Amino acid sequence: MKALLAILLTSMLVENFVLAKFLAICSFLGVSKKLDSAFGMSCAVIFVMLMATAATWPIYRFILDPRGLGYLQTIVFILVIAALVQFVEMFLKKYVPPLYSALGIYLPLITTNCAVLGVVVLNITKTYGFAESMVNSLGAGLGYMLAMVLFCGVRSKVDNADMPECFRGIPITLAAASIMSVSFMGFSGLVTGLFG
Amino acid sequence: MGKLKTLTAGIIRENPVLVLVLGTCPTLAVSTSVKNAIGMGIAATFVLIGSNLVISLLKNVIPDKVRIPCYIVVIAGFVTVVQLLLNAFVPSLYAALGIFLPLIVVNCIILGRAEAFANKNGVLDSALDGIGMGLGFTLALCIMATIREIIGYGAFFEKELIPEDFRISILGLAPGGFFVYGCIIAALNKISHGRAVKRKSFDCESCPSFAACGGQKGECAK
Repeated sequence: MKALLAILLTSMLVENFVLAKFLAICSFLGVSKKLDSAFGMSCAVIFVMLMATAATWPIYRFILDPRGLGYLQTIVFILVIAALVQFVEMFLKKYVPPLYSALGIYLPLITTNCAVLGVVVLNITKTYGFAESMVNSLGAGLGYMLAMVLFCGVRSKVDNADMPECFRGIPITLAAASIMSVSFMGFSGLVTGLFG
Repeated sequence: MGKLKTLTAGIIRENPVLVLVLGTCPTLAVSTSVKNAIGMGIAATFVLIGSNLVISLLKNVIPDKVRIPCYIVVIAGFVTVVQLLLNAFVPSLYAALGIFLPLIVVNCIILGRAEAFANKNGVLDSALDGIGMGLGFTLALCIMATIREIIGYGAFFEKELIPEDFRISILGLAPGGFFVYGCIIAALNKISHGRAVKRKSFDCESCPSFAACGGQKGECAK
């Protein structure tokens, strides 16, 4: 239990996927303009991350690895994620329309979101077990959500600030992300401090 | 368009990282040292040339509806080739690039070029475009890595230049990546009076996932 909590906090705060590992920067910068969309996108990412982990971990462990096909993992994982996202979209559209109307528009964006492929590959390279993988993915997703929602608040202030003309738009957004990233560095000793 | 123009477009005029602001994740992540930047650049260039070639050859075979999954499979195939080659011949680089090597699959530059260029143009043009875009990506990575390695780690190509006490080590860490990238784009804006950087903000048309998401324009950011 303690080990799982340590993994959760590590992937959520210490090694935040967006601000420390530079994954899913595109969607982090693109969809963080409004709180609603930032939250919706994060929910969709968490959902797909958990589903993708639940699907890819057994595939690697029970099919690819025993047959010495580990080198196929990149191709297999991206295909599984793409198919999964399509399937989830169709399922939600048919059976859970309210959820579809909330998350549906974000789902096509997620196939090419590197955080999802990143987390399933990391679970394998770190040789996590199934429970650890799921917790790691949950932490990664929650960390993504935290970064998105916090950054959304920062951006609404930044866009209206007075700044040199050449910094307007993309440069100032990146500079603001840099400062957010500094604040997340403050978590660096957290897990070793708590769990020794 | 002349062949030479196709080749050089990606290097400066339509530089994927500095002008189109695509492929931000690997740019930020591997630009901590020039060696890694060049390694990543070459790996991505190889994948880009290969995928552009194959996709332009197959453009009449692939049904329009399933083109994105097909592109992804082609790209993933080339990425696997690069992974195996690097693991066998340059294991230190393989270890240094780590997770960002398999993530070339979802690099928006590669999928973006497949959709925007290889899908519509001939084999030779597509290959030239791949070379140009790959070199442009490598160039941008090298510029960022030079700044970050010299100021952040006081070294260039792992050769020590600046003594420990005079380094600004945060530029080598995660926040420095965002900051240096932002400053480079701001400098480009300043020099060219706002003309150089084509992507003005993170909106829908310039979104790297636009190819995958298609018709639902702007819905996600509303």
